[in-house]
Amino acid sequence: MGRNPDSRAARDPSHAQALSNEPATALGGIRVCDFTGQLAGAGSTRWMGAFGAEIIKIEDPVKRGTWDILRGSPPFKDERRGLEFGSGFQNHNIEKRGITLNLRTDAGKELLTELVKISDVVAENFAAGVLERMGFSYESLRQLRPDVIYASNCGFGQTGPYRSFKSWGPVAQAVSGHTQNSGLPDMEPSGWGYSYLDHTGGYYMAIGILLALLHRQRTGEGQWVDMSCTEAGAYLHGADLLDWSVNGNSLRGTDEHGRGTPNSNRARLDGRAPHGVYKCRGDDNWVAIVCRDQLEWERLRAVAGDDELNQARFDSLELRLADLDALDEAMGAWTAAHDRWDIQQRCQAAGLAAAAVQRPSERIDGDADTAAWGLWPGVNHAAMGGVRVDGEPVHLSKTDWSITRATPTLGQDNDYVFGELLGLSENEIEDLTESGVL
Amino acid sequence: MTNNESPGHPTLHPELPVSHPTPPPIEGPGPLDGIRVIELSHEFGAFAGKLLADSGADVIVVEPPGGAEVRQRGATAAGATAEVVAAGEANLTWWADNTGKRSITLDLDESAGAEAFKELVATADVVLESDDQGRLAVLGVDHNDLMPLNPDLVWASITPYGRSGPSAGDQMTDLTMLAGGGPMWSCGYDDHTIPPVRGGGNQGMRITGNYAMMAILTALFARAEHGGQHIDLNMHAAANVTTEFASYTWLAAQLTVQRQAGRHAAPEPTNSTQTRCADGRYLNTGVPPRTPREFDALQEWMIELGLVEKFDLFSLLAFGADYELMTLELIATDPMVGEVFQAGRDAIAFISQNLSAHEMFVGLQTRGIVAGVVWSPDEVMQDPHFIERGYPTPIHHEQIGRDVVFAGAPIRLTGSPMRVRNRAPMVGEHTAEILAELGL
Repeated sequence: MGRNPDSRAARDPSHAQALSNEPATALGGIRVCDFTGQLAGAGSTRWMGAFGAEIIKIEDPVKRGTWDILRGSPPFKDERRGLEFGSGFQNHNIEKRGITLNLRTDAGKELLTELVKISDVVAENFAAGVLERMGFSYESLRQLRPDVIYASNCGFGQTGPYRSFKSWGPVAQAVSGHTQNSGLPDMEPSGWGYSYLDHTGGYYMAIGILLALLHRQRTGEGQWVDMSCTEAGAYLHGADLLDWSVNGNSLRGTDEHGRGTPNSNRARLDGRAPHGVYKCRGDDNWVAIVCRDQLEWERLRAVAGDDELNQARFDSLELRLADLDALDEAMGAWTAAHDRWDIQQRCQAAGLAAAAVQRPSERIDGDADTAAWGLWPGVNHAAMGGVRVDGEPVHLSKTDWSITRATPTLGQDNDYVFGELLGLSENEIEDLTESGVL
Repeated sequence: MTNNESPGHPTLHPELPVSHPTPPPIEGPGPLDGIRVIELSHEFGAFAGKLLADSGADVIVVEPPGGAEVRQRGATAAGATAEVVAAGEANLTWWADNTGKRSITLDLDESAGAEAFKELVATADVVLESDDQGRLAVLGVDHNDLMPLNPDLVWASITPYGRSGPSAGDQMTDLTMLAGGGPMWSCGYDDHTIPPVRGGGNQGMRITGNYAMMAILTALFARAEHGGQHIDLNMHAAANVTTEFASYTWLAAQLTVQRQAGRHAAPEPTNSTQTRCADGRYLNTGVPPRTPREFDALQEWMIELGLVEKFDLFSLLAFGADYELMTLELIATDPMVGEVFQAGRDAIAFISQNLSAHEMFVGLQTRGIVAGVVWSPDEVMQDPHFIERGYPTPIHHEQIGRDVVFAGAPIRLTGSPMRVRNRAPMVGEHTAEILAELGL
């Protein structure tokens, strides 16, 4: 189980069942024929695998799985390099079975046909049309299995002028508005310093598949789920989009050339102040502090005991919003002399939202909450050895997630899938391997 | 070439293919048709409720008398009367995050309100709540009280640190979630005297809602075999596992990434990938050319544009044909490869001095080279690709007497579509209707 057994269950009996020896699974019995890669695709079946679905990850033996560039990419655990040592790939593909299948060959196509017949879902995030050109469109898959759920996921969707355009996280973030909406005034946009929308792509692909599974559970019908990462991204703007469509305010930029962004550390549309990230004692140390109402502001003033913050010019929300630069300057002058953890602790003790900006080392290895949650389960990878991976941020009282199976090495489960599931003999599997089909 | 009159207003590029497959229709009942959700209004759960409503569920948001807290805070619609604004009916955040829901006002602190809430929960498939630690238990209406009355109920608690973690009960907002949970450490500028940056648009609330949606759907699917259950969602944990490279770089290699503008935070500094174009707008240049096909395409494009004579390094681009794929290792170790690779980067930067960011995006992508124009959210809604796919969705708001453009469905389910169905409800707009349905 991906959790720390001594904390939660003891205190909350509703979680006790999840700790029995034979954990019940939410998605047990569901089988996914999985062509996804990178995080934007692989993230979706990762979730399903952690909740008990059988995920059969299909890779190309000719290119040795390198379609997923993360397979052999840094960071690396140690000095070893190669296709089994990419840590991102290793993180994104836990709880999956791995097979190789050469779809350029007739025998390969025939085996995929057999696999589709025993699969509930076919998932892929190739560029638009790739699987169709191999002969596996939704229509042809439906001939094989009428209630199949076919989930496709690409940067711009399967239709429209940009349908052939390629994408990865930073490109999807740029085109869907997230880069322009992140940064500080009079600067180029900072954007997100990682592929935030690759996470989102995985979430929405999982949501689409789960919605289709629920629809099938009720009606017996399958369907085609078409996802565009840029559309999923543009769904996330909330009031920032309405500020344009209702009030005509664009985030195009603060000068005539579109350079600069509003200060995204402030609560531009949320009416809260202070609302910022402030420098603390030490090197690159920061604390985020928010006051949600006037009562909280008065409590913060009591915590700080600072003459600058006690000035009448900051007395009301209206006054503070009218001069955010002065407020942020006064806040920063107070925090600069203090330890960020000390400020966090004192604010939280007064019922205020405050958090130190945590480094990866701090939130992974020095955080009582992520530890108690069991957020970083360990698995034993056939090539890399012991590694820790991301867990899931929910616990379900009856059918919780479980992460124990490491990412498969290339073709690791060929015997299981082609032998046990499809009924081929050892000799047949050997022949297919030698002839380049597997 | 550069359109100075309307920077950022995209025009369809002449080189784009002219006919495209038609997007599938988006009509009919959603995949969650027939599912009822009771949502106790709170900023943490609002987006999950929207996802459920846009999927066709009957989402009933329970507001306190006078309306949800968020209605009285922040930006409002400029066209609304002072009366409408004062009533909390012009709040943009409420409009954005509550599409397709029904609203009932109930005072849970009064026994009549608590009783009506119990009746509602008895008819529900899902409850969504983010109440203060312990408050619902005191009122006798928390998951331990009510789940036994409805064995198929899925009850989702969405809270900052989970219902029983060491920091359960501590306070959190979008900003502090992204600060403490990891995303912010990776976002900002190369200069570290400048604060790290929160990605815009309240993405902490989106991350929370997305995970809540996944967990709720997973639990709904499991009902057939296991009945209902409790979901404990930990927002701090959700941020922690939405940090991609930063987390697995520490987990696997114990290296700490450092933030830099417009690109992945990394243990060591990397080259800039954000280019300012002739119209002053930015382009994310993605991965520069590394294959013969990409170098060919780049040379042909420069010839078409008449830029060959003006770009000193043009002759170097021809050597791109000599390498099947310039691996990162080759670029770093072979000086000739390094020079040709750099010429490719410089060529893109040079062309971008002559074209708008949107022209660069389309020009590179139609030549098979990955790039992205840095659009603001409103520009996405005015872009011909998204318009042709029917993505911008007008929703009528009588508060200002006109339609308002929303983002369309995030996923296209061809058999049972997600879509934005209706505007957010007014305070208690459906109270009488819902109480009548309950027979109260």
